[in-house]
Amino acid sequence: MERPLTEHIHPDRPPFNLKEYEAVGGYAAVRMALKEWSPKQLQQAVQESNLKGRGGAGFNTGLKWSFVPMDDSAAQTKYVIANADEMEPGTFKDRLLLEGSPHQLIEGMILAAFAIQANTSYIFLRFAYKKAASILRQSLQEAYEAGYLGKNILGTGFNLDMHLHTGVGRYMCGEETALLNALEGKRATPRAKPPFPQVSGLYGKPTIVNNVETFCCVPHIVNKGAAWFRSLSKSEDAGTKLYGVSGKVNRPGIWELPMGVTVRELLEEHAGGMKKGLGFKGALPGGASTDFLTSEHLDVKMDFKSVAEAGSRLGTGTMIVLDDATCPVGFVHNLQHFFAQESCGWCTPCREGLPWVEKILLSLENGEGREEDLDLLRMHTNLLGPGKTFCALAPGAMEPLESALKYFGDDFRKHIQQKKCPYHN
Amino acid sequence: MPTIFIDDKPYEVKAGKNLLEACLSLGLDLPYFCWHPALGSVGACRQCAVSVYKDGDDQNGRLVMGCMEGVRDGLHLSITDKNSRGFRKQVIEWLMTNHPHDCPVCDEGGSCHLQDMTVMTGHDYRRFRYKKRTYKNQYLGPFIYHEMNRCIQCYRCVRFYRDYAGGEDLNVFAAHNHVYFGREKDGVLESPFSGNLAEVCPTGVFTDKMLREHYTRKWDLTMAPSICTHCSLGCNITAGERYGELRSISNRYNGEVNGYFLCDRGRFGYDFVNSENRVTKPLLRNRVGEAVDEKALMDHLKTLFATNRFMGIGSPRASVESNFALMELVGKDYFFSGMSENENLHTKLIVKILQNGFLHSASLRDVQQADAVLILGEDVWNSAPMLALSVRQAILKSAAREALEHTPLPEWHDAAVKELVQEERGYLANITVAGSELDSLADEALHAPPDEIARLGYAIAHIIDPESPAVKNADEQTLSRAAEIAARLQKAKRVVVISGTSACNEPLIKAANNIAMALNQADRKADITYVTQDSNSMGLGMMQAFGLDKAIERSEREENLSLIILEIDIYRTLPANIADKFLSRFKHIIVLDHLHNLTTGKAHVLIPSASFAEADGTLVNNEGRAQSFFQVFVPASPFVKEAWRWLYAIKGLQAPAVNGAEPHPDMILGLLEKVLPEFAGISKVSPPHDFRINGQRIPREPKRYSGRTAMLANIAVSEPRPAQDEDSPLSYTMEGFDGIPPSSLIPFFWSPGWNSIQSVNKYQQETGGPLKGGDPGVRLFKAVNKNKTYFEHIPHPFSTKPDHLLLLPQFHLFGSGEMSMYSKPIAEFAPDSYAALSAKDAEQMGLKDGSMITINIGEKNIALPVAVHRAICRGILLLPAGLSESMGAGWGTWTKINYNGQS
Repeated sequence: MERPLTEHIHPDRPPFNLKEYEAVGGYAAVRMALKEWSPKQLQQAVQESNLKGRGGAGFNTGLKWSFVPMDDSAAQTKYVIANADEMEPGTFKDRLLLEGSPHQLIEGMILAAFAIQANTSYIFLRFAYKKAASILRQSLQEAYEAGYLGKNILGTGFNLDMHLHTGVGRYMCGEETALLNALEGKRATPRAKPPFPQVSGLYGKPTIVNNVETFCCVPHIVNKGAAWFRSLSKSEDAGTKLYGVSGKVNRPGIWELPMGVTVRELLEEHAGGMKKGLGFKGALPGGASTDFLTSEHLDVKMDFKSVAEAGSRLGTGTMIVLDDATCPVGFVHNLQHFFAQESCGWCTPCREGLPWVEKILLSLENGEGREEDLDLLRMHTNLLGPGKTFCALAPGAMEPLESALKYFGDDFRKHIQQKKCPYHN
Repeated sequence: MPTIFIDDKPYEVKAGKNLLEACLSLGLDLPYFCWHPALGSVGACRQCAVSVYKDGDDQNGRLVMGCMEGVRDGLHLSITDKNSRGFRKQVIEWLMTNHPHDCPVCDEGGSCHLQDMTVMTGHDYRRFRYKKRTYKNQYLGPFIYHEMNRCIQCYRCVRFYRDYAGGEDLNVFAAHNHVYFGREKDGVLESPFSGNLAEVCPTGVFTDKMLREHYTRKWDLTMAPSICTHCSLGCNITAGERYGELRSISNRYNGEVNGYFLCDRGRFGYDFVNSENRVTKPLLRNRVGEAVDEKALMDHLKTLFATNRFMGIGSPRASVESNFALMELVGKDYFFSGMSENENLHTKLIVKILQNGFLHSASLRDVQQADAVLILGEDVWNSAPMLALSVRQAILKSAAREALEHTPLPEWHDAAVKELVQEERGYLANITVAGSELDSLADEALHAPPDEIARLGYAIAHIIDPESPAVKNADEQTLSRAAEIAARLQKAKRVVVISGTSACNEPLIKAANNIAMALNQADRKADITYVTQDSNSMGLGMMQAFGLDKAIERSEREENLSLIILEIDIYRTLPANIADKFLSRFKHIIVLDHLHNLTTGKAHVLIPSASFAEADGTLVNNEGRAQSFFQVFVPASPFVKEAWRWLYAIKGLQAPAVNGAEPHPDMILGLLEKVLPEFAGISKVSPPHDFRINGQRIPREPKRYSGRTAMLANIAVSEPRPAQDEDSPLSYTMEGFDGIPPSSLIPFFWSPGWNSIQSVNKYQQETGGPLKGGDPGVRLFKAVNKNKTYFEHIPHPFSTKPDHLLLLPQFHLFGSGEMSMYSKPIAEFAPDSYAALSAKDAEQMGLKDGSMITINIGEKNIALPVAVHRAICRGILLLPAGLSESMGAGWGTWTKINYNGQS
C-alpha cells in the first residue's frame, strides 16, 4: 500500500532536511515542471488527477486553480496561500505533514504558484503550532539557499517568495476569506463571495488558498501522473487521505490510507476498536463541524460522496468518536462552547445564536432544561443553516447538534425529564 | 430597466441596484440595519432576508440577503413569504437577546430604527431566559454619549467613522458576542464628523449629548426645515424646539448638498440661539429707561428717518431678504456689504466668474463624482468641512468607479469594492498655505504663499491650454510641478477645482478659474467650487455692494450721515480704532442683531433681530444655490423679529407698506428679482406663503406630539391657541397635511412605521437619490458654456520683507465661527490664540514655541505666543481666524512684528 505523503515521516526522527528530501526524490517535480511544463499543463494534470481539497470542502483543486485569470490582461500580481491554520477540533493531520515533511509542502506550493504564475506565497500557520513554525522557518531558509525559492528559480526565470505567517489562534482564520483579511492585517471576518479569492483575493488580487494536505499531494501527481494518483484510491475520489481517529479508542492516531476506507476499517483495524467496556455510540467523521454517523454507518466509505450520502461530510477526515458512557449533550455543549467563542461576531445569527445554543445545552446538562428548549435548538439548527449566516462557521456548528438531536434525541429528553444529566450520578 | 417580480407583481427597477434598494425605492417595507445608502452593503446583520425563486413556479425559494443580491431581469422574490418573514423576525429576536429593555429611558426611544424594525418584523415575545452580556461605556467627549449595552453590532459606526469620514480613533474590538465599538480608551472623538454617529447608529449606542443636556423626545419637538449658518455650504438641517429653546439640529437630506451628513460645527453650534447674551428688547441708549416698547421705538425711528440720511451696512450672515430690505430702506447708493475690502472684492469676483457661466459651480454631489480634485489655497477641512468630506468621497470612489469598469462587481458591494481598490485613489492635489487634514489623502500636498499658489495655478492652466497666459520668469520647480499636476488633471474625466476667499488673494481665485476653463473640453468636464466666508456671502456678493472700506470713505466725504447696521459686528473685521472712528462720524447709529457684541454696544438704537431659528428667509450658498429656512418657533419676546420685518416696518413709517400688506419672504424675493435681475428664479425657492395642499398647511409638529396639553399643565390644562404663521405654508400644530410635502418644506422625516431619521427613504425618488419633486434649492448661476475668457492677473513671485510678515488667517473648524463659539463644547475645542510662523523665520528671530511676540492691529499691540509651524513658508504669519485676539486683523497685509532682542 502506497503512502506517498507520509512515506518519509517517522515519529522517532526529525523531518528530512533539504538534502535528505532531495535524496528520496524531493523537488524533482519542481525541477521537471518548471522547466518542461507550462502552467496550463500543470493545472490540467492536477485537474485530471481529481485531487479534491483536503480542507473539508472537497472541491476539485485543479478546477479551482483554473478560475484564476491567466490571460495577459489579467492582474500580474497573484498569491498562493497554504491554509495551515488547523484549528478544527479533533483534527491534527496537517500538523503531521508540517512537522514531518515540511519540504513536501513547500514543493507543492511552488508547483501551485507556478501553475497560476504567482510570485508571492504565504503559509498561514496556526498560532499553537510552534514546533511546525520553527521547522518551517528552517526549511524555507534551505529552500531559498538551494534556489527553489527567490528570484529566477533554477534558472527558469520564475520568481517566488514564500513567507511564514503565524496566526493569533482564531478558528475563523481557517475560513479562507477570513484568513485573507487576517493576512492583510484586518479583523478576521469572512468576505462575501462572489467575488471568489481566485479573482479578488489577498489585497484584491487573484489568490488560491489550499489546505496543507492538498499541496502535499501535488508533487506526487507531477512525478507519477494523474492516473497513478487516481489509482491510489478505493473510491471515486482520488489519492490517499490522512485519516485520524480520536476519542476513547484503543489506538487513537493518524494514518495515510487509500481514499474510501470504511468507518469500520478505520475504527477497528487502525484505531484498535473501542476501549474495554465502552461501546461505540457515534462519530463525527471529519472534525467537529460534521454530522454524527452512528453504528448504522460503519460500512460507509470515507470519501466525499459516500459520507455526504450518509448525511454527513468527510470534512477533514479526522474522526471524533463518541462512546456510550459519554453524555452526547455534554459532548455537543463542549463543541458549541468552542464555536460560540470562535464566532467572529460579524453576522447576527452566528454571533447571537451560538451563545444561546450553548446556554441551552448547559442548562440541559445542569438539569434546568425545559421542553421548549428542544424546539429552540431545532430552530437554531434550521436558521443557522447554509446561506442564512454569512459564512460556514455556524452551519458547521449546527451539524453535530442537528444530528445529535436526530440520533440521540432520547438523551436530550432524559435531561429534561430527570432534571439532571443521566450520565452523571 | 429590468423587471423583477416581488410577490408575483412586476416592477420596473433600476439596473445595478440590490434587492433591498429596489424594494425601498419602490416604497416597500423591508427591514435592515447594516446597509446604509451612503455606505453600501456588507451583509452582516442578515435582517433584509428575502426569498428568491428559480422562476414563477418555484414554491420553495431560498433565502438571500436583499442587500447582497443584485436585481436582474425576470427575478422572482418574496418579502411576505413565511420563510423570509420568519427569519427576519428571528434575527430581531437574536438581536434582542442582549439588547437592554431600557427604551423608556433611552434617548433614542421613539426615533429608534431598532424599535421600528422590531415592530416591522412582528417580534414580540422573549424566549431567551439567560443573562445578557454587558459592557462598560466610554467617555467620548461633549458631543456623543456612549451606551454600549444597546449595541446590535451592525458595524455602521465604524464604517461611517473610519471608512467614510477617515477617523481613526473609533474602532471595533474583541470578537464573538463581545464585539465592542468604541475608542482604545476613554477620550474625545477626534473626527469633526462624529455627530453623525447619532444618526448612523440604528439604536441608542451613540446619541446626541447636547440634546441630552436639555432632552426632549424627538416627537415632542416642533421642527422646521432650516439651513446651517456656520459656513458657506448651506447644509440642510432640521431644527427642533421645545419650551422656547432650540434643542437639536439633525440632518435634513438634500441629495445635492449635504446628503446624509453634517459636520459637528453645524450640528452642535446652535446654542447661540439660546444664549443669555441675546438681544431681546429694543433699546434707546443714553436716556432714562433704555428698554422701550415697540411704539416708543417706532416713534423714535420715524423721527430719525424723517430727518436723517442713513447709510446701511449689510451682512454676509443675514438673509437675502434682510439685506435686500436694508438696501430698499437706505437706497442702493448708501448700501454697503459689511465685508472687508478684500473679502468684498473677492466675493464679487467669484460671483462674476460664476455669473459668466462658462463654468458649472459644483454642488457637493458634483464634487463627490469627480475623479480628480485640485484645491488651490483653501483649507476646506476648516473653512467648509462637508466639502472636505465630499472631496474624500470623490478620491475614494473614483478609484472604485474605475475598477468597477473592469469587473462585474456591483457598486453597492462595499467590502468587495474596497478590497479590489485597496490603496488606489482618485487624484487630489491639495495646495494650501499651511497644510490641511486632507494632505494625508493627497497625491500632491504643497504648501506655499498665496501668490506662489496663484503662479503655480496660472502655470498649470497655461500648460493645459496655451491660450491661458503663461507665467513669466517662472522657476524650474514651479514649472515641473505645474507640468506634473496638469498631466494628472488632463488624464481625468471629471475634475473639480476648488478655491475660495480664505487665502485673501485675488490672483488665486482667478488662477482657479483659468485652470477649470482650460480643462473644460468636449471629453472632460471641469467644475469649479469657491468657498466663501459666511452662510450668505454669495447672496450678498450678488447684490454688488461696496465693502466697508468704501463705507468708510463715504463717511469721510459725506457729512451728517446716520448709520444702520444689519447683523454684523464690524469690530470683527475692522481694527478697533478704525471702527471707533468710523462709527464716531455718524449722528445716529441703529443696529439690528441677535446677540450683544462690540458693535451693538455702540448702537444708539438697538433692535433685536431674529436668529435663523426664529426667522424665515433665504440664503445663497457657495454653489449659488438659494435655499429657504423657516421659522422653527415664535420667540418668547415679541420684539424679536426678522430683520427684514423690522426694516420694512421702518420703511413703512415714511411711506405706505408695500402693496399695503405685510411683507412676506416670497413677496420680498419677487421684488428683489425685479430690482436685481441677477436673482432671477429666486422667488421659486419655495412655495409661496399662501401655498396649501388640499387647503391644508404643513404641520411643524409630528403626529405623535404629546405635549400639547401637558406643556402648561401646571398653569392650565386647556390648550393654548397655537401660534399663527402668516409667512409660510407651515403651521405650529400637529394638524394639517400628512403626506410628503414639497422638498423645501419638509419639517421632519417621518412615515408610519418609520419613526427614526431612516424614514428619509420614503421621501426619496430612490434610496440615496433626489428627494421626491427634486432636491431643494434654486441655482442662481446657469452654466452657458460660452464666454471663455482667461484672467491675466499673474502676481510677482512671493518675496519676503525685512521685519514684516504677510498676515493670513488660519481657520479653525472649532473656533473661527462667531456664532458656533456660543456652544460650550465647541468653545472647548477652540485653540488658544497664537502667532504661527515658519521654523526658519522663528530661528532667524531667535523665537521658539511659546516665545511672545507683539503685532499691531489698528493702534493696539497684541501679544501672542509663537507657534512654530512646520508647513508654512518663510514670510508668513498665521493667526487663528475669528478669535477675539485676531479681530480686526488686516488679513493679506504685511505686518511688522516686534519681539525681544529687536530694537
